[in-house]
Amino acid sequence: MSAVPENLLYTKDHEWMLIEGDIATVGITQYAADALGDVVFVALPSVGDPIRQGAIVGEVESTKSVGEIFAPVAGEVVEANDTVVSAPDTVNADPYGAGWLIKVRFTEIPEALDHTAYTALIGE
Amino acid sequence: MSHTTPLHAAHERAGAAFTDFAGYDMPLRYASDLVEHHGVRNTAGMFDLSHMAEISVRGLEAPAFLDYALSNRLSALDIEQAKYSLLLAEDGGVIDDLIVYRLGEEEYLIVANAANRGPAVEALTSRASGFELEVRDESDEWALIAVQGPNAHAILVDSGIELQDDFDALEYYRTTTGTFNAERVLIARTGYTGEDGYEVFVTNANAESLWDDLAATGAGHDMILCGLACRDTLRLEAGMPLYGHELGREITPAQAGLSRVVLDKENFVGRPALAPLSETAKVLVGLVAEGKRAPRAEYTVLSPEGDVIGEVTSGALSPTLGYPIAMAYIDPAFSSPGTDLVVDVRGSDLGVRVHQLPFYQRKKATS
Repeated sequence: MSAVPENLLYTKDHEWMLIEGDIATVGITQYAADALGDVVFVALPSVGDPIRQGAIVGEVESTKSVGEIFAPVAGEVVEANDTVVSAPDTVNADPYGAGWLIKVRFTEIPEALDHTAYTALIGE
Repeated sequence: MSHTTPLHAAHERAGAAFTDFAGYDMPLRYASDLVEHHGVRNTAGMFDLSHMAEISVRGLEAPAFLDYALSNRLSALDIEQAKYSLLLAEDGGVIDDLIVYRLGEEEYLIVANAANRGPAVEALTSRASGFELEVRDESDEWALIAVQGPNAHAILVDSGIELQDDFDALEYYRTTTGTFNAERVLIARTGYTGEDGYEVFVTNANAESLWDDLAATGAGHDMILCGLACRDTLRLEAGMPLYGHELGREITPAQAGLSRVVLDKENFVGRPALAPLSETAKVLVGLVAEGKRAPRAEYTVLSPEGDVIGEVTSGALSPTLGYPIAMAYIDPAFSSPGTDLVVDVRGSDLGVRVHQLPFYQRKKATS
């Protein structure tokens, strides 16, 4: 199985966050992408949307099922990744890189799992 | 603890992701649902269907018994002919949908859904009382391998199966036999993908070597291994019902558009299914939409005025067609093809249009 990057934070809902200054880049993990299967549709919030931690802010759909994106952090959406909207399979191909979903400006880093805790959660 | 098929080790070697299906640990996909789906449509795909139930009916009165126990006139089948049929409850509801193969004058093989193995065996056994025949659940003795798609014929011909001289003349919904590892295999030109193809019944002991042989032969014909995920999108495009979604105890054949599968006979179990549909009984329709967002099972279907008129039973973004497709049970007043309706997709309205089933039909080869 694929490695869980050490430099990211994780949630139990299988999202990841990259913290840089007051910006969190958010995506779904390889584990989540593999479980969904081929992603064929991604819906993201708009730039400027305020988001609440734990709220459903988007959807990642595969041929088989629908995965909801739960905001792992509260704040304001400052960027949404157009690439995954036009080419949803990017989420499968590079979930921790080109397949990122949104960037959020936050005021407080929320509680989250580190890579060790997340690796334990998914049992790898 | 879930059951495994005789091919489980082969799937593990091939890197399959597994899912529980009807108590069996089955391949969901090997790599990509979409690649596997397109593989079946464009070249060929191979499926392990060993979870499905095989029930044999043998004896002097087997033909008369099946005319009584099932919805069609199975006594009229030719030897080596197959038929899609329904096992109905006393009230006309559907216990299971089946493929019935006539193997001999007094010998039939019934293939039932894995999830309905118990109820199907039970119903057939209890209905058999008073008939001179034997009903036997042989599910644990047989593996079932499907090779589906335009290249399926070439793969079987090139495989290690010794085929009969007239194999090329095998018609759709007919069966033949072959020899593999000095053992007989049953080959049926049937499937559940909307493509031409074959289903091969082989003993458990011979299953893995046949799978490996077909995989090796298939590799030369661009065949890929396929899981149950793509089987679902393939059958949905082909407008084929899935038990538990489009079929069930509470649904009559007429509602499901399967009246043609229920014949008027003197005496058979499920005769009430012949009664005309009430004007309010919901009926099965196809739905299509624009965009990429698919209606999913259990989503509500609304009239343009916003009244609830039904529910989606299956739906997906069609890999072949590129737009969302679904099946739904709706109020018959809205069931004409071309009618514009709405599906509630997790709180937002998706415009859909009633579409005649199937959504996809393969181009029939001229030969």
